[in-house]
Amino acid sequence: MKKNTVRALAVILLAGLALGPGQALAEAKAVKITAIVEHPALDSVRKGVIDELAAQGFKDGDAIAVEFQSAQGDVGIAGQIAQKFVGDGPAVIVPISTPSAQAVAAAAKGRVPVVFSAVTDPVAAKLVPEWKKPGANITGVSDLTPLDKQLDVVKRMVPSLKNLGVPYNPGEANSVVLLNKLKDVAQPKGITIIGAAAPSSNDVLQAGRSLVGKVDAMFVTTDNTVVSALEALVKVGTEAKLPLFAADTASVDRGAVAAVGFDYYDIGRQTGAIVARVLKGEKPGDIPVEGVEKLQLHLNARTAKAMGIALPEDLAKQAAKVVE
Amino acid sequence: MSLIAFLGAIEIGLMYGLVAIGVYLSFRILDFPDLTVDGSLPLGAAVGATLIVAGVPPVVATLAGGLAGGLAGLVTAWLSVRLGILHLLASILTMIALHSVNLRVMGKPNQPLLGVDTVFTPFESLGLSPYWVTPVVLLGIVAAILLAVNWFLGSELGLAMRATGANARMARAQGIHTGWLTMLGIALSNGLVGMAGALFAQIQGGADITMGVGVIVVGLAAVILGEAIVSPRVIVIALIACVLGSIVYRLTVALALNAGFLGLQAQDLKLVTAVLVVVAMVLPGLRRKYAGSKAVAR
Repeated sequence: MKKNTVRALAVILLAGLALGPGQALAEAKAVKITAIVEHPALDSVRKGVIDELAAQGFKDGDAIAVEFQSAQGDVGIAGQIAQKFVGDGPAVIVPISTPSAQAVAAAAKGRVPVVFSAVTDPVAAKLVPEWKKPGANITGVSDLTPLDKQLDVVKRMVPSLKNLGVPYNPGEANSVVLLNKLKDVAQPKGITIIGAAAPSSNDVLQAGRSLVGKVDAMFVTTDNTVVSALEALVKVGTEAKLPLFAADTASVDRGAVAAVGFDYYDIGRQTGAIVARVLKGEKPGDIPVEGVEKLQLHLNARTAKAMGIALPEDLAKQAAKVVE
Repeated sequence: MSLIAFLGAIEIGLMYGLVAIGVYLSFRILDFPDLTVDGSLPLGAAVGATLIVAGVPPVVATLAGGLAGGLAGLVTAWLSVRLGILHLLASILTMIALHSVNLRVMGKPNQPLLGVDTVFTPFESLGLSPYWVTPVVLLGIVAAILLAVNWFLGSELGLAMRATGANARMARAQGIHTGWLTMLGIALSNGLVGMAGALFAQIQGGADITMGVGVIVVGLAAVILGEAIVSPRVIVIALIACVLGSIVYRLTVALALNAGFLGLQAQDLKLVTAVLVVVAMVLPGLRRKYAGSKAVAR
């Protein structure tokens, strides 16, 4: 009996210890940022948010206090981070990626201003009812890629394009949304999209090889799994003379022939601008959800040659960067 | 730590408490190392979320999530008992297969549940603050399930199941059909986990294909942590220990999230959590040793 009392005391002590520290300093406005996982693209978003806020006079450690937590890929921890942030009563919460945004929206229950970032389809994720007028205490920036422009570039560089292979992870919400949108955009152009499932980065090589002989080119969306194993597709593309296109400019440096894309850092800057407006007193519900604004064309002359296609002169002139 | 973060930890701790009870049934009662839970938790979430969105009452959807989890457990046990596949491998096979099943059930990797009525919605009008509603309702659900499992394990069937886990050969000699009882027990275990998944989707604002990653690790940690804190001798206390262990685990995560003042950063979270769990496990032992030596001195 006595032992149990001591044990109960130990548990209460632990709980008390947990409740003790953590009264936030109320001087600077608190900005809380969370992402589902630490990942180069998502990290650039966070850096962009902080830089833009500093540029607008909200310097971290001065006018605002920024706290960052990563859920380390664990949805349960994402929920706990969301609840911690809401409990701290910050000026704004900035969730990066769809699962983090959903967890924060569920915990905030409309009481804390939320500005999400890098959510591909905020309407399908039920974060907002519509892009133009979010209404509730939430808005943000979508990272939906400009698929139409991307397909045009692929078509320009591979004029005989009939079938386009798209390796993707069927377990990534954003990728499935993109694949379906891609099919809609491709149909009027007379292009058939052929998906190849790669449930983990170890499966990307096999997925790429399964497309050889069936398609005229390969296209990679902003699929986290496939992008992390992009080198496997560069290998397949070089071996089979199958040009590889990407949706983010960073992949061009790694071997994709071309990409009309955006830098996640710019998405972060765009998000930071909205956060600044909220800090100045605007209601998130009155700010429309924004899409990607800054687009760039990057080309890779070296892999274009290796994958057996020529770079059109005029495209090379338009390009912001040509990797030799 | 704020009150909301504290209540949030209790809430997720109670939810994982159901997982811990499920893991206790498979690992401890039946001595069957079952990894199916990494697939049956998202399965329950997927079934629950999809049905709620389709207009099925949330209570029915939650129970259906449990039923789906139970079926997944039945598959694992059947592979092991009837086809003679090693239990660990059988559960891994089911877990892998469930990834595809879960994608099929939802038709996409993520099924949002924001702004939809859940099992917690009817209680929100009772005047409690919304941050209290979920943990209080969950406490009721978990307590009811805990008592039901306790009653079951004390029944004739439950005793036969415990005998199956303790000594299968002896149990068979007593005329117990150990195969059937293993199938029932693993189904029950995964049924609880599936139900936890359906509840989790309603707490979290949606079901996601990745939510099963590492569930078994967290469930086992809760069981072992609970045993370290309480050192239970009877079933009901062992079940309470599972839930308690799960809550303590979540409190340590919440504590780790607040460890910023020590100069720790976001990427240190799992390390800090692991260290805190080690401390929570070692402390009762040290105290016992200390109490023991004092007794000898007397």
